Amino acid sequence: MSGTDDTGAPAAPAPAPAPAPAGTAPRTRTRPPNGAGPPPERVEEHGGGDVRTGRRIRQVRELGILLALVLLVAVTALASPGFLSGQSVRDLLLGATLLTILAVGQSMVLITRNVDLSVGSVMGLSAFAVGLLFVSFPGLPTPVVMLAGVLVGTACGVVNGVLVAAARVPALVVTLGTLYMFRGIDFWWASGRQVNAADMPEGFLGLARISLLGIPLPAAIAAAVVLAAGWYLRNYRSGRELYAVGSEPAAARLVGIPVDRRVFAPFVVNGSLAGLAGVLYAARFGTLDATVGTGLELEVVAAAVVGGVAIFGGSGTVYGAALGALLLSAIDAALPMLRVDSFWQQAVVGLLILISIGLDRLLALRTARRLRGGGSRGA
Amino acid sequence: MDHHPPPAPPLLSLVGVSKSFGTVHALQDVSLELRGGEIHGLCGENGAGKSTLVKTIAGVHRPDAGHVEAEGRATAFSAPADAQRAGVAVIYQEPTLFPDLSVAENIFMGRQPLARGRRIDRRAMREAAEGLFARLGVRIDPDRPARGLSIADQQLVEIAKAMSFDARVLVMDEPTAALSGVEVERLFAVARSLRGDGAAVLFISHRFDEIFALCDRITVMRDGRHISTDPVAELTAGDLVRRMVGREVATLFPKQDVAPGETVLEVEGLHRAGVFADVGLSVRAGEIVALAGLVGAGRSEVVRAVFGVDRYDSGTVRVSGRRLPPGRPSAAMAAGVALVPEDRRQQGLVMEMSIERNATLTRRWSLSRLGLLRRRDEERAAAEWARRLQLKAGRLSDAVTTLSGGNQQKVVLAKWLATEPRLLIVDEPTRGIDVGTKAEVHRLLSELAGQGIAVLMVSSELPEVLGMADRVLVMHEGRISAELSRDEATEESVMYAATGQEGRAA
Repeated sequence: MSGTDDTGAPAAPAPAPAPAPAGTAPRTRTRPPNGAGPPPERVEEHGGGDVRTGRRIRQVRELGILLALVLLVAVTALASPGFLSGQSVRDLLLGATLLTILAVGQSMVLITRNVDLSVGSVMGLSAFAVGLLFVSFPGLPTPVVMLAGVLVGTACGVVNGVLVAAARVPALVVTLGTLYMFRGIDFWWASGRQVNAADMPEGFLGLARISLLGIPLPAAIAAAVVLAAGWYLRNYRSGRELYAVGSEPAAARLVGIPVDRRVFAPFVVNGSLAGLAGVLYAARFGTLDATVGTGLELEVVAAAVVGGVAIFGGSGTVYGAALGALLLSAIDAALPMLRVDSFWQQAVVGLLILISIGLDRLLALRTARRLRGGGSRGA
Repeated sequence: MDHHPPPAPPLLSLVGVSKSFGTVHALQDVSLELRGGEIHGLCGENGAGKSTLVKTIAGVHRPDAGHVEAEGRATAFSAPADAQRAGVAVIYQEPTLFPDLSVAENIFMGRQPLARGRRIDRRAMREAAEGLFARLGVRIDPDRPARGLSIADQQLVEIAKAMSFDARVLVMDEPTAALSGVEVERLFAVARSLRGDGAAVLFISHRFDEIFALCDRITVMRDGRHISTDPVAELTAGDLVRRMVGREVATLFPKQDVAPGETVLEVEGLHRAGVFADVGLSVRAGEIVALAGLVGAGRSEVVRAVFGVDRYDSGTVRVSGRRLPPGRPSAAMAAGVALVPEDRRQQGLVMEMSIERNATLTRRWSLSRLGLLRRRDEERAAAEWARRLQLKAGRLSDAVTTLSGGNQQKVVLAKWLATEPRLLIVDEPTRGIDVGTKAEVHRLLSELAGQGIAVLMVSSELPEVLGMADRVLVMHEGRISAELSRDEATEESVMYAATGQEGRAA
């Protein structure tokens, strides 16, 4: 950015060795910079360039998704006024709920430079478990069944976490395997059966219809999950250590971070959240078979990536991921209203992913250049 | 400035520590005492074991034999966290920052100041970081991400991090390599104030002036062994150089005398901002030219730029009079240049592939018929080279990983020699290779030069440089600081030039 040198050390005056007689030790300070003693009160400006650039760009990143969301909603509402009706907005929020919850969990895994591809299967397994519990034990209280659904997800997360953190197998491979494994268990367990709304208590199915201040309960739960995860990641040591692990695993070991534990925990949390998503799915749709959540994992990763969570770890927020989930859901809802062919829906999502990754790359390059900027060193 | 600390139990000591990596003995029976109120200097050539020693103190490596004592009691650091708890702070040679996190978080990672409810107190963290930078006399915004910091600024963040520990033992592994004069003075002031507070400081540097200016006692290491520890007043720079190199140039170097032919490689004014500057050199047919210097002097970067793997900002590279286009290794290969890289595991070989596949990798086009590689031709070509280089391998179809380091290096050499190069560039050709195979590699290089190949050799091992090279170019901080003929090149003259102390003979 600036024209000054950015060559760093070599540009600084070379250490001028004091003329010491050969063979004797130079016992005095022999590196007088610029021939004079260093004025101790002088403070150097370091790092150069735009001071808050990094943080500002990260905020801009999330603002950009919000802007895209607002733009999409505005255009759709203009073209088809029914889009902003209360029911339609409620549908949109409900639709985004599952994706948001899954995107939050996925983001935590991505931040540590891992990935969990098994979330769709975990959600499906948990949803079917909930349905089957209601069928097999009609007397069980609803909260117990819901908890059991979450715990099924937790157990799956533990399996993923152990394989990745302890057995040191790359997460991509492990979760690709468990994607099929959990789905297989689901099919074996269901063995062609289907659970219908009639098999489940009214109180459970009514959950989706409860509203808090006009917000559907599941959407409120998703919002709570986003806020809790965001708060934790930003304000707690272990939360920050997730970023550290993803940013530079070797350095994380050197500063004494228990890297394996920090890799393990997000998988468990992500599993639990996928379990929660399964419970909410069961409550909302009521019809459950072994194919619930098939293929969802890529949409989840897409939501997180569109929301600015770096696929190589170390950066991004769950707020961004939630916005990404909302945006993808809004696209799903808006395109039919705009009478766009369903083929184009997928293409638009794909384009969006490419744009967001391209944008990230561009911003990263620009930030790097601006942050390097200055070159005000060289006392 | 003379310090005579009262005899107290050392804060930290190594007792008979040994550590090996495979066949390489990085540390052999090393003992070292770090006393409170003392700055201890550590000198040694590249590969003398200094960094391994640092990592042993830091709890990264566990010694194979011997142990670490903290305040007179034997302890076992099994992880960096253990060492940190024992009050050991380390500034590593290469900065270990988290690029995505803020500077303040980098400093306090894992030890962030907490507010109520174990929440991170960002303001306190920010203020503490500012306080540390104020002590260092620099201003770096604690909120900016570490990504994009210059090497020097990264080093300052590392120093601030080490200071934040209130360490009882501070280890600094070449902290000044990227710093300017004022920054070095401030770092020294910090080190002295820590000494005044009774901490023990271990300071590693290649700059003798710094060592003598700062340290109370100096330890010299060589080939993984402890050579000497003396008070600074009883030492001269000459003593240090002699002890650091201090071995006979072995007669392991069967360099044939060859009358050099025409100029093969000509480099003029090669420049890359911040990496190397104004590098000019030439290599003639039949000549072995060594590029010596300390790690980080920019030697590998220069040869990588010559070969076209890395870019350069200005300058020209000519091979046999024809200019090579920058940044195109394929053009360099077509012109008859071969580069045997520094890191054979990462850059020289495809570790999971078979020996024969690796050996014929550079010739997959000339060996193929109609675009298909024929296994039989590959096998024949590989077997031929295995014989010529006396490769010790089970079967040529085994993976390269099954070979020893020296034989792996032979495979890399075979791969490049098969292209019949006019210019062979070898970067650290014998790193991590046992002595016997080393001599074989040397004999091979000498033979190749005898056949009229121009050889440019980057090496950190002085005996190798002195034994093999017709001419020695010494690099210091990105520039060629000396060109020495075979007669002029001695351990002392090369070492002086490499540490940037020109014109002083021992």
